[in-house]
Amino acid sequence: MYHSALRAGLFAGVVFSASVTMAAELAIVSGDSGNGLAFLQSQLKEFEAKTGNTVKIVPMPPSTSDQFGQYRLWLAAGNADIDVYMTDVIWAPQLSDQFLDLTDAAKDIVKDHFPSIIESQTANGKLVAIPAFTDAPALFYRKDLLDKYGKSVPKTWDEMAATAKEIQDKEREAGAKDLWGFVFQGNAYEGLTCNALEWVKSFGGGQIVEANGDISINNEKAAKALETAKSWVGTISPPGVLAYQEEEARGVWQTGNSVFMRNWPYAYALGNGEDSAVKGKFGVATLPAATEGDKPAATLGGWNFAVSKYSKHPDEAIQLALFLGSTEVQKNRAIDQTNLPTIVSLYDDADVAKAAPIIPQWKDVFMNAVPRPSAPTKVKYNEVSSLFWSAVHDTLSGNGTAAENLEVLEAKLTELKGSGW
Amino acid sequence: MASTQSTIRIVPTGHTKRAKSELMRQRLRAAGWFLVPMLIALAIVAGWPLLRTIYFSFTNASLTNLDGAEWVGFKNYLNWTVLKSGRVIWSGLLSDPAWWNAVWNTVRFSVVSVTLETILGTVVALVLNAEFKGRGLVRAAILIPWAIPTIVSARMWGWMLNDQFGIINDVLLTFGLIDHKIAWTASSDTAMIAVLIVDVWKTTPFMALLILAGLQMIPRDIYEAASLDGVHPVKTFWKVTLPLVRPALMVAVIFRLLDAMRIFDLIYVLTPNSSQTKTISVLARENLIDFDKFAYGSAQSTMLFLIIALMTILYIWLGKVRFDGGDR
Repeated sequence: MYHSALRAGLFAGVVFSASVTMAAELAIVSGDSGNGLAFLQSQLKEFEAKTGNTVKIVPMPPSTSDQFGQYRLWLAAGNADIDVYMTDVIWAPQLSDQFLDLTDAAKDIVKDHFPSIIESQTANGKLVAIPAFTDAPALFYRKDLLDKYGKSVPKTWDEMAATAKEIQDKEREAGAKDLWGFVFQGNAYEGLTCNALEWVKSFGGGQIVEANGDISINNEKAAKALETAKSWVGTISPPGVLAYQEEEARGVWQTGNSVFMRNWPYAYALGNGEDSAVKGKFGVATLPAATEGDKPAATLGGWNFAVSKYSKHPDEAIQLALFLGSTEVQKNRAIDQTNLPTIVSLYDDADVAKAAPIIPQWKDVFMNAVPRPSAPTKVKYNEVSSLFWSAVHDTLSGNGTAAENLEVLEAKLTELKGSGW
Repeated sequence: MASTQSTIRIVPTGHTKRAKSELMRQRLRAAGWFLVPMLIALAIVAGWPLLRTIYFSFTNASLTNLDGAEWVGFKNYLNWTVLKSGRVIWSGLLSDPAWWNAVWNTVRFSVVSVTLETILGTVVALVLNAEFKGRGLVRAAILIPWAIPTIVSARMWGWMLNDQFGIINDVLLTFGLIDHKIAWTASSDTAMIAVLIVDVWKTTPFMALLILAGLQMIPRDIYEAASLDGVHPVKTFWKVTLPLVRPALMVAVIFRLLDAMRIFDLIYVLTPNSSQTKTISVLARENLIDFDKFAYGSAQSTMLFLIIALMTILYIWLGKVRFDGGDR
């Protein structure tokens, strides 16, 4: 309340309502999927009670590519209607000019977060966004079906495909006609870049563009990885997987129609919800690797809160971003949403471990996570990613072989790079 | 339709020029003044953005730095560099395979969808032109697909065409028409077909309505004469209905064609962002906003404008379309 009193003078000219509170009205934009928006709403209520400001949520479609396009447009037009943006981990270098520098505001809390995540949100020496949660995908598997056929959790992609095929065939004979072996995100969008990067990296094929800016994608191991993935489509994965994003994959999985799924941790809490057909019947493991003993790869994801430089209430907006990235909210988020915290200490928190036992196990997975090449490719990242996912989507849908498509991809990336990223 | 005709009719045709009376001139002046607000509004909402887009297509603008754009000439359209070895490297829009792929997709989509919609629209219009009970209700009902916002119908059809829980696959399977579930929007063979199905469903009512308006202008007595002479109804259709409805039909087709050439929302929502269904508008938006290539996207938008303009001129010229509904 003292906050409002301070600002009352400033706002008196604009606010005509009879209301005694002169607090700021903030708007936050988020494309969270599942029940993420309901969770955000509950946290915002606490913020409103604490500070007296009101916050309006502007919902967006869950596709990260769609969100980015809209945000870029709003920010380029200097839109002052949105104060706080929920941003993907890859956006910081591309949008850094349009967001406020949070270095000073966050100087006391930065040390609590994983340094790699803070680094991912720092562009040109500027802290662009406050991390809210991190993400690393997992292999979701049906415990009940693996037990039924005496299978163990697969360690390699080939083992996964064989297990999936066997269970799928036998279950279909037994009457479960709609059952598939494996669902992932095969639509031509950012999510496919994440999926394919995991295949390529786990086969030892590099990470598209290396940290020093070298284009490494055109190699035999990467081609083999993509050919392996292509062999799944139509055999253990429905042909429609080529149009699936996260929610479509979860739809098939959560209705009990898939043995395995590649998805982000948010699907864990939802899969154990009351209306889920797979409640209590599944487990999660790290994604498979190329051969036994190889290191599996998981693409680093995660979301953050950034403050628009066009915000009319920058102080309150920064306060909101800090609140949403605070230990308290991250803990609630971990318990409620199984989102992985970016604050180190929460991985040893007893409440979190009890409510979401997968989270403590996850620490190692994402410590080894692969970043997408957003840092070396800077403002050209989206185009790099689009060229990559197009090459992968073409390969998966039988439009040229992996080797051919990767060769063309290399040529296009070289042209795009020009004299430097 | 009606308003288009009445405004255009005010403009005098050549042979009346000399015989213009004082009254006529006065009416023309008044008409001119009435048109001024509309022309100003058009200049602001259509003319200015168009000129700016064309300007940006000759610069190196990026979305975050529009004011710092520098003039680069035709580089975004076509450019070449000669290497030391004498090899020539082409770059720019006209040498970009992604661009030509999008052009081909757009043209293919436009031609097929407009053809289907014209045929189906004519059939529907003929049915609605007949006298039957509850005709008003049917006429209103048939407009529903046209009234639903495209985004909503694209989403709706997206669910209906879903490979795993979509109703279309379920119905086809139940009737034994297919033996396995089809991934309509995902598979490269069927993605364009899915788009066409939804577009035809959505815009046939529009065509039907325009053609129906044309049909109702045909005098009834011609049909009476034809039936008295014992002409077969099919022959009546080819010899009487079609020639008389042709002006309205031609105008309806060009409206649809202009609309189809800039198809964006349906494809963007319904299908994956793959080269099989990417049209010029989808490609231009991607370059304008997702990528850091605002100028290149502007060049694509400008080319789309030129292509549509060219097609329209050709169509009007070759089809001898007259917007005053004369032609009889």
